[in-house]
Amino acid sequence: MKHIISLLMENEAGALSRVAGLFSARGYNIESLTVAVTEDPTLSRMTIVTAGSDEVIEQIIKQLNKLVDVVKVLDLNDGKYIERELMLVKVKASTNFKDEMKRMCDIFRGRIIDVADNSYTIELTGSCSKLDAFLEAIDKTAILETVRTGASGIGRGDRILKI
Amino acid sequence: MFRVHHLIVKNQGFMDSQNNNPTSANKDVINTNPTITGAEIVIRCLNEEKVKFVFGYPGGAVLHIYDEIYKQNGFKHILVRHEQAAVHAADAYSRATGTVGVALVTSGPGATNAVTGIATAYMDSIPLVVISGQVPVPAIGLDAFQEVDMVGVTRPCVKHNFLVKDVKDIAATIKKAFYIAATGRPGPVVVDIPKDITAHLAEYIYPKTVEMRSYNPVLKGHSGQIKKAIKLLLEAKRPMIYTGGGLVLGDGSHELVKLARALNYPVTNTLMGLGGYPATDKQFVGMLGMHGSYEANMAMQNCDVLIAVGARFDDRVIGDPKDFLSKKRTIIHIDVDPSSISKRVKIDVPIVGHVQSVLSEMNELLAAENTSNDISAWWKQIDEWRGVKSMVYTNSDIVIKPQYVIEKLWEVTKGEAYVTSDVGQHQMWAAQYYKFDQPRRWINSGGLGTMGVGLPYAMGCQFADKNAQVACVTGEGSIQMNIQELSTCAQYGLPIKVIMLNNRYLGMVRQWQEFFYENRYSESYMDSLPDFVKLAESYGHVGMKITNPADVEGALKEAFAKKDKFVFMDFITDQDENVFPMIAAGKGLSEMVLKKDNKERHED
Ligand SMILES: Cc1ncc(C[n+]2csc(CCOP(=O)(O)OP(=O)(O)O)c2C)c(N)n1
Ligand SMILES: [Mg+2]
Repeated sequence: MKHIISLLMENEAGALSRVAGLFSARGYNIESLTVAVTEDPTLSRMTIVTAGSDEVIEQIIKQLNKLVDVVKVLDLNDGKYIERELMLVKVKASTNFKDEMKRMCDIFRGRIIDVADNSYTIELTGSCSKLDAFLEAIDKTAILETVRTGASGIGRGDRILKI
Repeated sequence: MFRVHHLIVKNQGFMDSQNNNPTSANKDVINTNPTITGAEIVIRCLNEEKVKFVFGYPGGAVLHIYDEIYKQNGFKHILVRHEQAAVHAADAYSRATGTVGVALVTSGPGATNAVTGIATAYMDSIPLVVISGQVPVPAIGLDAFQEVDMVGVTRPCVKHNFLVKDVKDIAATIKKAFYIAATGRPGPVVVDIPKDITAHLAEYIYPKTVEMRSYNPVLKGHSGQIKKAIKLLLEAKRPMIYTGGGLVLGDGSHELVKLARALNYPVTNTLMGLGGYPATDKQFVGMLGMHGSYEANMAMQNCDVLIAVGARFDDRVIGDPKDFLSKKRTIIHIDVDPSSISKRVKIDVPIVGHVQSVLSEMNELLAAENTSNDISAWWKQIDEWRGVKSMVYTNSDIVIKPQYVIEKLWEVTKGEAYVTSDVGQHQMWAAQYYKFDQPRRWINSGGLGTMGVGLPYAMGCQFADKNAQVACVTGEGSIQMNIQELSTCAQYGLPIKVIMLNNRYLGMVRQWQEFFYENRYSESYMDSLPDFVKLAESYGHVGMKITNPADVEGALKEAFAKKDKFVFMDFITDQDENVFPMIAAGKGLSEMVLKKDNKERHED
């Protein structure tokens, strides 16, 4: 099953490579990994999207906790959470695609953020599955380029990851 | 040669310019204390940690540090002949004493030579601080002479590592390194220090304590879980105590013995855990696992309540987890590392905590309970399994049997020696036939299985206890992987006794080829062996070659009587001997194969 793991770690050189190294060394799967500094500049927050059986996820959480730089780990799937990812898609906007792209973009509440002679760049945020659905919905042959940030996740309401 | 010289001159220049321009950091500090160099700070930190020995090897990037070593008279520096041996010796010193081992190596090749030692310590959870030199900060990343990304290279095989980029951070980093290495589940910590940093000046302030919000190892176990464990243990019909390296490292042996005796339950130790429970005690059923005793493996497989203490159900212990789980049992697991729990086998009652503290709490509870549990039927069953005599071998008066040498070694040393081993058949025989009654006496590479550890391990033990008897049980293959250390042993007058079981084969490889590759002995014959007696003598050691079984005991007595001499004993042993019992890789505990003499036997 897919899990979203949030963690806080010391904002130190090499911290990211410790997490990435752990996943590759132990053969865990990473679907996406995002990291950036928090409002407290000594801490970085990371969101990892991974998949595995309950036993594997339990091991992943334990192994992450074992990293000396990791301050706190939270499996967002243990409760209610919100997940958002940003995607930029460059699509063909030649006459036969133009209208469809505009329409799909509206339906998925995206924004066209760049217009060129023959292409649009669409900005879309949402859950990973919504972004997947968008790519499914539009004509494949129209896609010129996609770039996704990977998911960021946060607990709902009182679920707060802070030290 | 020219390049090295050139580089040093260059670095010197760099250093001078740094001295002329104090760093901005120095300006910020109100200078109450005099400033000293980073190199001197390193030395003072090590002495503050009461380090007695630093095992190392000099080179360009650590010359400032070596210059300070020359000037100080705190710890003693031991000059090895290869950096791998420095780390192994520090590792064994730690295993023998329970303190943190320290090694010091230069950048680049010095650092990479140390990696095998670091990985070996990591796999067995041995606390080490390894200080490596690095090229000067401005040169990092430029493929400078003798540059290697030590933090990157060692990341998968250290508990933690640091690159120190500011002289002001040296003291706090070293303090943290010792703290991280020794607490929680111990492990090696690398501190990589660029050369220019060791020349910069800073005030020396050694922190008294360490606080890390990201690192808080658990000490005390959950008392509810502990109570549950005691209840389960007292209700068991076929209980079993299984302990590993964690019991030894956590100094929990004393409490475990108390618990086991109070309960009168059978105890088995892993290869890493030997000595955790006295091997000559009647409750001890021997080592378990791939080459464990029949009774230990059968009791492990058939028990109804199992308590694992600082042991991790690894592949060499329970083999195939499916086979192990085909029998129902309740498992209690005490370990300081939560990630060791439910890693290969699901645990019913996990207890995360320091083994010594958890066991002592259990002992208190048990004493208060004041009940006992009669398990005589289970003991009867175990005694039947013992009757199979899986460790019996057929001795010979023509050719020396390796098992016989170990039995005699045990007798001659009265079971009190530090025994280090290399990796191979000889290691298994040492584990099977030397009965360890004390923890921290059996020193081997259980996790990584590193050939070449034996001799440097013996050095570490001899430094740990200069009057102790130290025996290095090795093979003619393994000893050649760190044979250069004969020179270190000569320099420091270490009276180690090398017990080499010379079968002219990479025996363990040959055994697998015999069993699983239809006797195709691909590259497992050890040709062109040196004359080990002459080799030892060339270093000023005593060499002995023993070919006759009748001479084994006398030779051992003679060697151990030479209290101040290093003696290299070349025992020419039976080439065809195999290690039994054996569970083939990937098979389960119920699929054990006994020696031919015992008639092959599988449990259904
Ligand atoms: C560094 C290293 N290389 C290879 C191996 C694989 N290996 C395991 S046991 C063994 C044979 C060891 O031979 P020897 O030291 O003569 O011991 P014996 O088995 O003959 O007692 C080998 C090659 C290893 N464990 N370590
Ligand atoms: Mg051999």
